[in-house]
Amino acid sequence: MSKLIFERSVKNRRGITLPEFDCPEVVLDYETTRASSPRLAQVAEVDVVRHYMELSRFAFGVDNGFYPLGSCTMKYNPKLNETTASLEGFNSIHPTQDPSTVKGAMSLLSNLGASLCEITGMDGFTLQPSAGAHGEFTGLLLIHAYHSDRKDLKRTKVIVPDSAHGTNPASANMAGYSIINVPSNPLGGVDVEALKAVLNDEVAALMLTNPNTLGLFDPNIEEIAALVHKAGGLLYYDGANLNAIMGEVRPGDMGFDVVHLNLHKTFSTPHGGGGPGSGPVGVKKHLMPYLPKGTIIDEHFVENTKTIGRVRSYYGNFLVNVRAYTYILSLGSNGLKEASEMAVLNANYMMSQLKDQFTVAYPGPCMHEFVLSLQDLKDKTGISAKDICKGLLDYKVHPPTMYFPLIVHEALMIEPTETESKETMDEFIKILIDLKEKASTDPDYLKNAPYTTPIKRVDDVLAARHPVLKYEM
Amino acid sequence: MASYLLNTNAQEAEMLKAIGIEKKDLFNSIPSKLKLKRPIDLPQGLTEMEVLAKMSALAQLNKVYSIILRGAGSEHHFIPSVVKQLSSREEFVSAYTPYQAEFSQGILQSIFEYQSDICELTGMDGANASVYDGATAAAEAIQMVLERTRKEILIADSVSPEVIETIMTYTSCSEASITILKTKGGILHEDVLKKHLSENTAALMIANPNYYGCLEKVDELSRFTHEAGAKLIVYANPLTLAYLKSPRACGADIAVGEAQALGLSMAFGGPYLGYMATTNELIRRLPGRIVGQTLDTEGKRAFVLTLQAREQHIRREKATSSLCSNQALCALTASVYVAAMGPVGLKEVAEHGLRRAHYFQKELEKIGFKLKYEVPFFNEFVTTSPLAAKAVERHLSKYDILSGLSIASHEILWCVTETTSKAQLDEVISYLKEVTQ
Amino acid sequence: MKRLYAKTHEWVIVEEGKDFVVGISDYAQIALGDIVFVNVPSLGDKVTQGESFGDVESVKAVSDLISPVSGKVVAVNDALLNAPELLNSDPLNTWIMKVSGSVNEAELLDEATYLALDKDH
Repeated sequence: MSKLIFERSVKNRRGITLPEFDCPEVVLDYETTRASSPRLAQVAEVDVVRHYMELSRFAFGVDNGFYPLGSCTMKYNPKLNETTASLEGFNSIHPTQDPSTVKGAMSLLSNLGASLCEITGMDGFTLQPSAGAHGEFTGLLLIHAYHSDRKDLKRTKVIVPDSAHGTNPASANMAGYSIINVPSNPLGGVDVEALKAVLNDEVAALMLTNPNTLGLFDPNIEEIAALVHKAGGLLYYDGANLNAIMGEVRPGDMGFDVVHLNLHKTFSTPHGGGGPGSGPVGVKKHLMPYLPKGTIIDEHFVENTKTIGRVRSYYGNFLVNVRAYTYILSLGSNGLKEASEMAVLNANYMMSQLKDQFTVAYPGPCMHEFVLSLQDLKDKTGISAKDICKGLLDYKVHPPTMYFPLIVHEALMIEPTETESKETMDEFIKILIDLKEKASTDPDYLKNAPYTTPIKRVDDVLAARHPVLKYEM
Repeated sequence: MASYLLNTNAQEAEMLKAIGIEKKDLFNSIPSKLKLKRPIDLPQGLTEMEVLAKMSALAQLNKVYSIILRGAGSEHHFIPSVVKQLSSREEFVSAYTPYQAEFSQGILQSIFEYQSDICELTGMDGANASVYDGATAAAEAIQMVLERTRKEILIADSVSPEVIETIMTYTSCSEASITILKTKGGILHEDVLKKHLSENTAALMIANPNYYGCLEKVDELSRFTHEAGAKLIVYANPLTLAYLKSPRACGADIAVGEAQALGLSMAFGGPYLGYMATTNELIRRLPGRIVGQTLDTEGKRAFVLTLQAREQHIRREKATSSLCSNQALCALTASVYVAAMGPVGLKEVAEHGLRRAHYFQKELEKIGFKLKYEVPFFNEFVTTSPLAAKAVERHLSKYDILSGLSIASHEILWCVTETTSKAQLDEVISYLKEVTQ
Repeated sequence: MKRLYAKTHEWVIVEEGKDFVVGISDYAQIALGDIVFVNVPSLGDKVTQGESFGDVESVKAVSDLISPVSGKVVAVNDALLNAPELLNSDPLNTWIMKVSGSVNEAELLDEATYLALDKDH
C-alpha cells in the first residue's frame, strides 16, 4: 500500500522556504521552548505532490462515479461553487473586520438566510451551526430556552421516532433532555396512537424528518403537529431529506417550529471526505429572540438579550455558505423545484426496476430515497447487506447506505439524487441484480469480496481492541 | 438557469412509463392542503456567467487588507500554492465519509497522518479526526473530563472570550458547573487557582499562548491541578507548538485548539479546524470520528474508522456527543501544509511571528503604545495608549492596514505573522506617528 | 457456593461470607460478537439490581450490562482493560466486578433453569 508521508521523510530535506529573519532573536524567559524539533516529515514539494496524488487514487468522490448513499444526498458539486469560494474578497477577510468593511459578506449571509426562509417557510435563520448535528443541538437549545423563558420547567423529555438518525437522540441528550422513543407504524410513519400515549406536559419537543428515513412522506403530519402543539411541545424538523420537497411543500407550512438544513446535502456543497458542512437553523417568530450571537439578519448582527449564546466561534462555515448561496442563485426558484422533482423521479424509477428482484421495505411510491431489505436473501443464501456492498466495490461503484434505518433488517438505503442519468442508474441496477444472482450461485465468493480494491476487508476488531491512532515517529 | 440535471425529456418519459405514473403524480403522497401552490418566491436561476458576476460584485464589497496585524483566533498566514492545489483535488473534495474502508484508504490515510501531526505537535497519544473549530473542541473537552463526583470546571479568563461563550452555551444544559478564574497581569496565578481547586474539580482549562498572547506558567498550574486530582486542558495554537514546549510536556491531559493557522484562510470565520488530542488513558472519551491503523485479511497495513461504539450512530442517546460531520477536508489541508512546510519551515513561521511581534512591540512602545501585560508573550500582545483603539483602526484602515483588535476603548490586541516584513512594520509605525505626535 | 443468572444474561456467584462476583454468560458473549471494550464501574460506585452498571462494546454495537445484585463495587477486573476478548474466550471464568451488598434471589434463575431457557425471547 501507500507509504505514509513520514515514511517518505529524508533528514534535512526541505519543502517551502521562507525569507531570512529580519528582526532580532527573542529569548523567552521561562523554559518554554521545545527541547527538540517535532519529528514531522521532512520532504520536498514534489514528494508532497506525489504523496497526495497517490492518496487521491485511493479516494472516490461524486466526481468519480455514482454514489447512491441514502440520507446523504450525494448530488453533483458544481465547480462554479469552488470558484466563488476562492474569491479573495471572501477568503481573505478577517471575521472581526468592522461590518462596514465587509458589506458583501453581511449581504450574502443575510440573503442566504432569507432565501432559506422562503424555501422552508420559516421566519429567521442562523447560519452559525457547522453541521447537521450541530444544527440539531442548536435547535434543541433554542427549544430549551423557549420553555425556560416561559418558566415551563417540567419539560425534560424529547420524543424521537425509532427510525431517526442517531444524531437526533444524541443531540437531545447533549441539550440535557431524556429521550422517549416512539415506534413507527407499518407504513414507516409515526405511530400516532403511540405518540398520543407519550405526549404530556413533560415533553419539550418531537423531532421528525418528513419524508422520513424510509423515504416516505408521513401523511399524518398535520395531526401530529396539532397533537404536539396542543400538549405544549414544539416540533423539530431534521432537514436531511429536504431534497425531496423543495418547491412542493415547506416544513414551516407543515407546522414545524424549528428546522435545521444540511447545506452539504440539499444545497450541493461538497462532502470533503466527512466535512466541512453547514447546518443552518431556521425558526418561527416565537423562537427568534433566542437565536445565537453572530446571527446576521438584514445585514446586521442580531442583538438578542435572550440569546442562547454561541455554538462556535464567529458566524459559521462561511465559505460553505458561499457555495450554497452560489447554488441557490444558479438554480433559482425554478431550478430548485426541478431538482426535487427529478430526485423523486429517479428514486421511483430505480425502485420500480428493483422491486421484483428485491424486497422493498415499505411498498408504494417513495420520495427521493427508498429502502430495500435483504433479510430474505440472507435467510436463503447467507449473504448479508454488507456482503452485497463489498461486492459492489469490485464494480467500482460506491455502495448505498447499509444498516440504516435500524427498523429495517439488512437495510440498504438508495438515494440516486437528481444529478444522475437513467443510463447510470440502469447500470447500477444491472450490477445489483448480478450480485443477487451470485449470492445464490457462489455465496463464498461474495463473502470474501472485495477482490480488486487496494486492500481487502479490514480487521476492525483489532483496530478497536488495540487502537493505534498515530504513527510512531 | 444552471442545470445539473442529465435526464432528457425522452429519458424522463421512459422512466415515468416504466414506473407507470404521470409526472403530476410524483408528489401525490403530500396532502393537497399542505402543498405550496405557488412558485418559491426567489428569482429564477441564472447562468454561470451571471452568477459569477453577482458573486464577484459581492466579494468586491469586502475590503481585503494588504497588511494584517490582527489575530485573536483568526490568523493571516502565507498559504503555499501546493496546499491550495492538492486540497482541491476532486477525489478529496467530493468524497463522502470513509465508512467503506476498502474504497477510501486515501482519505483514511490522510486523516491518520493529520492525527499523527497533531499528536506530534501536542505530545499526545491520540487525536480525533477534527471538530468544527477551537471553541467547540474546548466545549467537547469539558464533556470528556466530567466524573461522577467531579463536575466543576475552572477556566482562566485569559482563554478567548468566544471560546468561553461557546463553553457556557454547550454546558448550559449539562451537569458541568463553570467557574471563571480571574487572571492578573495577563496570566493565571497559582494562589487564585489553589483557592478554587477542590475534590469536586474536574479540570482546569488554560490557553497557552493565551488570548492576550501571554505565556502562562503551565508547569506550575499543572502541578497544583493534578495534586487536587483534577485534569489539565490546554488550549493551544498548533503553529506555536513547532517552537514552544508541547502541552503534554507541560503536564496537560487534553490538548485542544484552533488549527486554522495551518494552511486555512481567514475566510470570515470558517471553515476552520478544531483539534482534540489526549493521553492513552482518555482516548476512549474523545468524541467524533477517529481513524486507526489495522490489517486487512491478507495482512496488509490498512486504516479504518475505529472506536465507533462511542459515536452517535451506535450509542444514540447514550453518546456523549452528537458529532457526525467534521472538518475533514480542512484537516487534509492542514496536513498538506505541515508536510509542505516541514518541521523546520513550521518553526520558521512561528519564529518570524515571535521576532517580528517583539520588534513591533518595542517600536510601538517608543510612540506611546505601552505593553499592557509585562509577562513573556509569543506573537500577540496587548497595548494601551492615550489614543482610542477605534481611532487607530480607522487611521490605519485608510492605508489598507488592518490594525490589531480593539478589546477595550484604549486597548489593542496585536498579532504579527510571517506575512508582514520588518519594512512593513516600520511603515505602520510611520503612519501611526501621524496621529500620535 | 452457587451461580445464579439474570434473564438479561449476567451471572453472579453467591458464596456465604464472600463478596458477589459478576460476569456474563456464554450466550451473551456469542450474541455480542467480538467484544472490543468493556465500560466498567469505578471502585466505590453503587449498583442496583436490575439497573445498568456499565456496558460492553463490539465494533458496531453497545449493550448495557444489568446488575444482578445491589451494593457497592469493591473490585473491578483490570485485565479486561487490555484484553476484553477474555469475555469471549472464557465467559464463565472471567469476572467483571465484585460487589459487597445484597441480592434478591427470587428475581434470578439457577443455572439449570437459565440454560434451559429458550433464549430467542
